[in-house]
Amino acid sequence: MSCPLDSTQRLALRRLLESGLPLLPRPYQALAQQIGAQEQQVLAQLDQWQQQGLFRRLGLVLNHRALGFTANAMLVLDIPDALIDEVGQRLGREPQVSLCYQRPRRLPQWRYNLFCMVHGRQRERVEAQIAGLLERHQLSDLPYQLLFSTQAFKQCGGRFAPVGARPHG
Amino acid sequence: MPLLALEQRLIERFQHGMPICAEPYLEMAQVLDCSEAQVIACLQQMAERGSLSRIGPVFDHHRAGASTLAALAVPAERLQQVAERVSQYPEVNHNYAREHHYNLWFVLTGPDRPHLQRVLDELEADTGLTPLDLPMLTAYRIDLGFALGDAP
Repeated sequence: MSCPLDSTQRLALRRLLESGLPLLPRPYQALAQQIGAQEQQVLAQLDQWQQQGLFRRLGLVLNHRALGFTANAMLVLDIPDALIDEVGQRLGREPQVSLCYQRPRRLPQWRYNLFCMVHGRQRERVEAQIAGLLERHQLSDLPYQLLFSTQAFKQCGGRFAPVGARPHG
Repeated sequence: MPLLALEQRLIERFQHGMPICAEPYLEMAQVLDCSEAQVIACLQQMAERGSLSRIGPVFDHHRAGASTLAALAVPAERLQQVAERVSQYPEVNHNYAREHHYNLWFVLTGPDRPHLQRVLDELEADTGLTPLDLPMLTAYRIDLGFALGDAP
């Protein structure tokens, strides 16, 4: 039984994990050395975070653009509030929808409350797939918009803790 | 095993989860019936080519902190400059131009909501543009991975 990490070590470990595991045969030992801990303590902390549900997943984090998935569409829909859970659950089960979230409206600037991400290699095929999706779920008559990305300025893991200096204090 | 085949199998098998243990690459190699050195070399190449962003946990920022999706309607001639300003924040992880009146979309993550609010306020003061602030209310699907084979 290893003793738990202290809060400073936990924060440091989390920052290191957000930058990614090193490609070494004992990656957790390398991280443990950087925070002044034992490999077993680091592994125990990861198990605990996993059990607490703090990870969505732990695995390979891919850059879809570099893999040729350059057609990246955000489908936004204005769904009546009474139907949002039902429609969200149905769209969330579609295999080509990678993210499906309810978000707040901000009237009058923004009326859409359901967000779906669809990634593909070709824009025309993504458009056709979304058209099919809307038709199958009888959503074509509701207000919606398709926002394709045109440029990625930044794509990296989320940071829980701000690291280093902020641009303007 | 050819490298490309190994790459594909690594992605399919370990995108959604990999073992948490002292020697994860060795365990992955045993699952795929190859050597640990081959796994590490393949991941190294993917990282160098840019197809692998990193290896490790994707934190659920909703439970492990705070996050929001924000958007700005930026005049076209200022888009590059404002996008660079937004990307400077360590709190910003994704930052994309999209085809819309709201043409700059980015995800903010931080330890708590007041922290995110300060970033949004600072951006508004700096750019003169009011961000849309669209935190997640309900997740119907949160899988960030994707299938290589059957995507359009």
